[in-house]
Parts: sequence; structure tokens; C-alpha cells
Amino acid sequence: MSASDRETVLEVNGLKTHFHTQDGTVHAVNGVSFTLRAGELLGVVGESGSGKSVTMMSLLKLIPMPPGEIVAGQANFGDQDLLQIEADELRKVRGGQIGFIFQDPMTSLNPVLTIGRQITEPVLLHTDLDKKGAKARAAELLDMVGIPDAAARLKAYPHELSGGMRQRVMIAIALACSPEVIIADEPTTALDVTIQAQIIAIVKDLRERLGTAVVWITHDLGVVAGLADRVLVMYGGRIVEEAPVRDLYATPMHPYTVGLLASLPRLDQKGQELVSIPGQPPSLYAEPTGCSFAPRCAHAFDRCTSEVPELIEVHPGHRTACFWDLENGRPRA
Amino acid sequence: MTDVQATTPVSSTDREVIVSVRDLKKHFPIAGGLFRRQVGAVRAVDGISFDIHRGETLGLVGESGCGKSTTGRVMLQLDDATEGNIFFEGQDLTKLSNSQMRKVRPRAQMIFQDPHACLNPRMTVASIIGEPLREHTDMGPAERRERIEELLSIVGLDPSHANRYPHEFSGGQRQRIGIARAIALNPDFIVCDEPIAALDVSIQAQVVNLLLELQQSLGLTYLFISHDLSMIRHIADRVAVMYLGHIVELTDVERLYDDAKHPYTEALLSAVPVPDPRAEDIRKRVILEGDLPSPSNPPPGCVFNTRCPIAEQKCSSEVPEWREIGTEHWVACHFAE
Repeated sequence: MSASDRETVLEVNGLKTHFHTQDGTVHAVNGVSFTLRAGELLGVVGESGSGKSVTMMSLLKLIPMPPGEIVAGQANFGDQDLLQIEADELRKVRGGQIGFIFQDPMTSLNPVLTIGRQITEPVLLHTDLDKKGAKARAAELLDMVGIPDAAARLKAYPHELSGGMRQRVMIAIALACSPEVIIADEPTTALDVTIQAQIIAIVKDLRERLGTAVVWITHDLGVVAGLADRVLVMYGGRIVEEAPVRDLYATPMHPYTVGLLASLPRLDQKGQELVSIPGQPPSLYAEPTGCSFAPRCAHAFDRCTSEVPELIEVHPGHRTACFWDLENGRPRA
Repeated sequence: MTDVQATTPVSSTDREVIVSVRDLKKHFPIAGGLFRRQVGAVRAVDGISFDIHRGETLGLVGESGCGKSTTGRVMLQLDDATEGNIFFEGQDLTKLSNSQMRKVRPRAQMIFQDPHACLNPRMTVASIIGEPLREHTDMGPAERRERIEELLSIVGLDPSHANRYPHEFSGGQRQRIGIARAIALNPDFIVCDEPIAALDVSIQAQVVNLLLELQQSLGLTYLFISHDLSMIRHIADRVAVMYLGHIVELTDVERLYDDAKHPYTEALLSAVPVPDPRAEDIRKRVILEGDLPSPSNPPPGCVFNTRCPIAEQKCSSEVPEWREIGTEHWVACHFAE
């Protein structure tokens, strides 16, 4: 059960992504390193502009280039570096070995093609199945994601389905070629809570049955709590904390994570005053010269503005990028 | 229909009622066919009644399409009601002419969801906040300027930024501008329509704390419309749960969260994720089957019967009565007790 002794399927080192815009260079991702282990569910949490989506999109070069540019980094997947391989090779990985689920199924499904056509497309592209086999596989996939009357539904167009059903179709497409990794970018954000609960239940069940590793990008700390094995917290284009899910919520080690958890109202507890984080998220136009959370941080001291903190391990599997030792209430050595 | 006393369902306390809504319906016509005749109607709000007490926050929750925003808009007469009455301090707003309604508007205001869309990008912050003052008061320019700067500092913005344009502010700051405009004329009642839904988590708490402070200092009454049940628990005194144009349950906040009686409320509460892995592991979930039916063709009987885990035969034929099963605890379900 322990996630730590499983083999690594994806290893990202020092990823930096910039966007060159009219107003200047946006430093969207500023040196992100993490690993994804086989079969684990890795939650990536952050607010808008924290770089959580751009990080994952960069790995498969799904960002528009230009204006985007991957400035540095490695992404080892199997024996390949995804950031170095040729476009043809990368195309085999996308949709084949790594599946994607996007936030808004209405814009990521093609409105003029049937569901069946859209699910069989990756199957025909990435596997040896013929048309008939691909169709059977598509029906099987729809059944797997809990769409009733699957064979008939293959003929439906996206607009004939509800938001929750469309997101199930997206999951079916992502699963089509039995990928090792699925990257889900805010897959339930556009959905109502009762439908979100349906989708989360499906993903949990499928992960247990298929053993696919999942990267679940979200701004919702609640969703991650019940779903993830491990969590990365991002802020200003960097990972500021990384921990097994229980440790993160029980003993957060970065002041941003602490602030984020304190600013959330709880459904299961009587309200106390919400502690808000003062100030605004950082501007990403300047290359960070210190901790990007420092201007909003109650613990910030001179070192925080002059030096960028690296992630350091403070407990087994629990890393934080902060110069302040929250546990002992003093600066870290 | 006009016999208000007979249908008064919700006010069994002696607190002063500021707004009461009776049998409110809002149907949007669907045009079709060769001559664009009306072929049906979206029953966005389909017969709801409730009271709001002075100084309280009534939370109105539900999923997209349940009619909660329409309710808020109709209550302020931004859309006309199809049927029913809205009493604001005893005056029936549905019977007022436009010029009479204009006199009520300063006292009943609205804060909108999307701070990008509700502020005119070509107007400075001073003219956005000053507009209601120009329209509804006889303040001179200097006096108005003073009030605008006062309002900006009340909502936590720098008064010296009054001449800037909305795009120069972040989402949270823009929502503060919207709040300053809403409180400019010292209203009694504000409809907050998803005021934090478009904001980041760390900014949401800032805006909610501001709204709570203003409620204290200015004695405001809120109708707080939201799909975020965790935030509603934090901010509301009483909560009404809507489903497909109907209010299915209404009670005070603690009772709703600890002892919900309607199966939809239970399912809704159980579907909300809690930011605590230990609590998540032991929570019981009710996963609803299927999707929301179309409000243009609602199911007969109880509107929730198609997805209800405890529905029986009579639920699809008999409309459940809106009844008080405990003090101040109203439910529309055949089986609630």
C-alpha cells in the first residue's frame, strides 16, 4: 500500500517555462522537480497563476509555443526525456502512454463528431485494433465509466450529453489506450458537487482496478484530501511543499499551506473566523529573487527576499521550501 | 394567491421580517415553430415562499440551474415575477411602477458574481461608485468625492486609487469595488449573488470577512446565494436549499448541517469534500444517480423523485407539502419527520 516503494514512472527535474508576451516575460514555472510513482494519485494544488497547469502541459508540449518557451528541465518517462524527443515520438506518448482530462469537456470534445468517433480515434492511432475492435473497445470504455446503454451512446454528439456525462466521455478517451499516467486538469471544477462526487467515485474505482498513476490538478483542497496519496502545493510557479496527504493536512510546514488551510471554511465544523492571507498573488513578470510568498508571509525575514528557498526534506517524504522552521519557531540553519 | 396571511409559512418567530416572498414563480418562455409562438416554459422558479429577518444572512444554496440566481434577480425586480408577491418592508414590489421601484432601489442592492463583467471598463472607480450617488442623492461634486473616498476606505481600498480603471485592479479588489457601489446608498438589504465564486481561495476569505464586518457595522441584511456549502455554513444564519425551482428545505444553519431532513440536502452535504483526509476516510457518502432533470419539463410529484434514494410510488404522483416539522424547520418531503 505504501506509495514510497513503488517504481518511478515520471521524473521531472528543474522545469522552467516562460511566456514571452507584449508586456514582458511571464515566469510561469520557475524550476519544478517532482516524481510520480506507478499507480499513485498525486494531487497538485495551487491558485490561479501558480503554474500547476502550465507545469503539466509543458511536459507534453501542450502549451502554445510561441509565446511559450520551455527554458530548462528534463522529464524522464521510461527511457525517454519528453522534453527532448522528436514530435513524432511525443505524439505516441500523448494519448497513448499519457492520457489527459481537461477541465471543460464542452470545449475539449469536438461538437461535430460523435462520441464513438472521438473515443475510437486514439485507439486506432495508438493500438493495433481495427475499426470493429476499436468500436467494441469504445463501448467497453463507456461502460467502464458508468455510462448506461453504452453501444447506443456511441452515436450521440457531445451536446446531447450533460456536463457530468461529457466528463465521463473525457475519462473514457483518456483511458482508451490503457495509459500508464493520466493527467487530470481541474476535471471536476466545472461540475456541480453531486456530479463531482460521481466523477470522483469513478476515478477512485478505476484507479484501483487499472493501477494507472494519476496527476490531479486542482485548486480545491477538499477534493485532494479524499483522493490523493501525495500532494504538491504550488505558489508563484514553484513547488513550496510536498507531502503525503495526511501529513500535509495534519502538519503543514509552509506558511502558504498553513494560510490556505486556515482560510477555508469547513462543512463539518462550526464556523470560526476565517483567517485570510493578506495581499495578492505574485506578479510573475520578474524573475523571482527570493521566496515569492515572502510579501504575504508573517514569518518572512531578510533571507526570504534575497535567496530562493529550495525544497528540503523535514520529515520522511515531507518537503518544504521555506527558511522558517515552523515547528520550532526559528529560522532554519 | 393574494391572501398573504393564509399562506404565511415561515415566520413563527417574533423577529422583524424585512423581505417576504410568497408563491414566487418565474417562468421563461420558450419560443418555437414557424411564428415563434410560445411552446413551453423554463420553470426557473416554481412557487417558493420564505421570509428574511432584519440583520440576518439567509443562505440560498443549490446546484447550477436550480433557480437560486433567478430568485435573487426577481426579488430585486431585475426580472419581472411571473406570479407571486415580494414584500419589502411591507410593500409589494411586484405591484410597483418603475418610478415607484426606483425609490426602493437605494435600499435594496445587489453584489454580482463576476467582478470583471459587472464593472464598466471605461469608467473610473470614482464614477462607478459615484453613479448611484449621482442618481439617487442631491450631493454636490465635492461631497460626492468625499463619500467615494470614504467608501473606498471602508472596503479596504486605497482612496487615492479612485481615478483608476477596473482593469488596474485584481479580482478581489474589483469585488471590493462592487461592494462599495452596493453600500453607497446605505441599503438595508443586499442580494449577494455568488460574490466569491470567481475568486481564488486565499482571496475568498478576505471578501467574506469584509462582508461580515459590513453587516455588523452597517446593520445589513443579506440574501447570500452560493453553491459553496462550506462557505454558507460559515456565513449564514439560516439556509434555504433549492432544487429545480423549489425550496426543499429551510432551517437555521446548525440544524441544517447537523440534522438535514430532506434526502436532497443530505446528498448535497455528503458530496462536499472536506479538507481533512482523516475526516474524508470515515465520511458516509450518498452518491446521487443521474443528472438534474430539465426545468422546462420537471418530473411530476416531488421534483427530486427521479434521483431520490428513498422515493416511493407516491413521490412521482403527489407533490409533497411544504410543512414545518420542527420549530423553524421547513421541509418538502413526504417522509421527513
